[in-house]
Amino acid sequence: MLTFAFRKLLTLVGTMIGIAALTFLITNVAPGDPARLVAGPNATEDMVATIRTEYGLDKSLPEQFIVYMGELVRGDLGTSIVTTRPVLEEVMRYAPATLELVFVAMFLGIVIGVPLGMLSAVYKDGPLDQITRIFSISGVAIPAFWFGILLQLMFAVDLEWLPVSGRLPLVTRPPEFVTGLLLVDSLISGNFATFWVSLQHIILPAIVLSFPCLASILRVNRAEMIEVLQSDYIVAARAHGISSFRIVALYALKNAMLPTLAMIGLRFGWMLGSTVLVETVFDWPGIGLYAVSSALSSDFKPVVGVTLMIGFFFIVANTLVDLAYAWIDPRLRKA
Amino acid sequence: MTATPMTPIDTSVEDTRPLTFRERHASQIRQWRLYAHMFRKSFSSMLGLSLVVLFLVLAAIGPLIVPYPEAASGAINMSAKLQPPSSTYWFGTDEMGADIFSRVIIGARTSLWIGVVITGIAAIVGITLGIIAGYRGGWVRAVIMRFTELFLAVPGLALALAIVAALGPGITNCVLALAIVWWPGYVRLVEAKTLSIKEELFIESARSIGAKTPWILWHHILPNCMSPIIVKMSMDMGMAILSAASLGFIGLGAQPPSPEWGSMISVARTYMPDWWWYSLFPGAAIFLTVLGFNLLGDGLRDILDPRSRDR
Repeated sequence: MLTFAFRKLLTLVGTMIGIAALTFLITNVAPGDPARLVAGPNATEDMVATIRTEYGLDKSLPEQFIVYMGELVRGDLGTSIVTTRPVLEEVMRYAPATLELVFVAMFLGIVIGVPLGMLSAVYKDGPLDQITRIFSISGVAIPAFWFGILLQLMFAVDLEWLPVSGRLPLVTRPPEFVTGLLLVDSLISGNFATFWVSLQHIILPAIVLSFPCLASILRVNRAEMIEVLQSDYIVAARAHGISSFRIVALYALKNAMLPTLAMIGLRFGWMLGSTVLVETVFDWPGIGLYAVSSALSSDFKPVVGVTLMIGFFFIVANTLVDLAYAWIDPRLRKA
Repeated sequence: MTATPMTPIDTSVEDTRPLTFRERHASQIRQWRLYAHMFRKSFSSMLGLSLVVLFLVLAAIGPLIVPYPEAASGAINMSAKLQPPSSTYWFGTDEMGADIFSRVIIGARTSLWIGVVITGIAAIVGITLGIIAGYRGGWVRAVIMRFTELFLAVPGLALALAIVAALGPGITNCVLALAIVWWPGYVRLVEAKTLSIKEELFIESARSIGAKTPWILWHHILPNCMSPIIVKMSMDMGMAILSAASLGFIGLGAQPPSPEWGSMISVARTYMPDWWWYSLFPGAAIFLTVLGFNLLGDGLRDILDPRSRDR
């Protein structure tokens, strides 16, 4: 198990270097002058020339790459033109909001998706199965940004149950910074009013973000359950007169969870990508919104920084899933 | 005893007439009729097919049938701006007084173009690389697969966002960026399939009678990879349209007044609670189109790849 974990760690580092190279490639292969890209659309020739020497863009590409990698290793993601602050600092400031949103959405996806998948497998082709089928197919097809707008119209504007957007109202003082996750921090500081308000704010964006994830978890779990429920040991368990609930919830679910786990890992990365949309709709101050507003103002370094950060989280999540897989199923440690 | 030489059975009487098309392709026709039968039986497949056909028809003749064709090119009619849905303007009007119904219908052509280009480029690049990686093996495969995994290691939308940011906003760059992040899926699919097919006996026999590699790839490997590719392409048409609309919504894709669904919603959002119809209808168009392609892909998988029917 240890050697397996070590090998996975090596792959993780290798992939990180690869992604860094990829972002470097995107910056430099794109037609147009990277110096101009950094300088922004309104820069004069002089400014572009200054930036070219300042950023070492007059050097050869391999040289630039080494400089770039050196900066990355030191945690230097460059500076944002708009805010003139280090990108890493800003990404770190916005990352907790995104992670909080993704965690809550993932939680919703799992606690709703897994049982629903299980039930539709048990009652295959029944009415519940038909409903979840429609649900899971439309979950993947619905545009997240549009779904978000519809929910805002319904629950925030029409019914006024929940706030339209944002993470906390302006008048509410955020709890003392511990993890950066407002839900956790407010509980730590014992401030239940703030906890309640931030919970209200996170519900709609989390639902939107979790919807496609929920749909695919449901689908995978259902398919696996159907297969597992037909296997011999389930038949044997039934023959022994073990209760249906015990068979389904304990014996079958455990074995159906492996592919579901893989789907969860995959969807985690996918969610990090679509936070870009959900955060834009709900003005959620996370790295997605930061990337979008930077991209719209031609501020390139933050976009690259966020891409690297998302890539990093995704790889870490996938490595964790791989490790969990190997921990559950020892056969996979050899692979 | 003299053996009377056996006379071969004379079959020439039957064969004087050239085989008709139906006779030559009898087995394929039977196969296709079975497919059609299975497809017709499934409600969701037929729904998907209908939605896709509707979308294709609108993309083909949309500009000819809409009530206000000038709405697509940014015509300004301030006297009719932001009107709710009515019998004159079925889906209402936008902030320039353009008919949203016309813009949504004409937008189908934009979306079709986006979907076809992204899926087409991705499939061509991905299939080529995948088939080479799977068939050649060795370091060629290692290089291609490592490179592919690298692209898969960053969520597609995030990577596409970075590429568009580097290239500059606009529909062409957006399509290009999505095509760049889309091909790796095909490499994985085709590589895996090629790996298993190349061990089959008929490949070995083809090689033993002197078939060259390109011939084998084109005539033996590729046709046998086709069913999962077709299923994936159908699904990807929808997802590519959705992704391009997402970039349009962010403001990095198609720029107004171009009639693209995502960018329409992007503008509509600023007119949000009061002018709800502005974002409702373009969004519904995206949803139904993507749903159609997904259901169609699902239905195709059911008939082409029955082993995964319960997935």
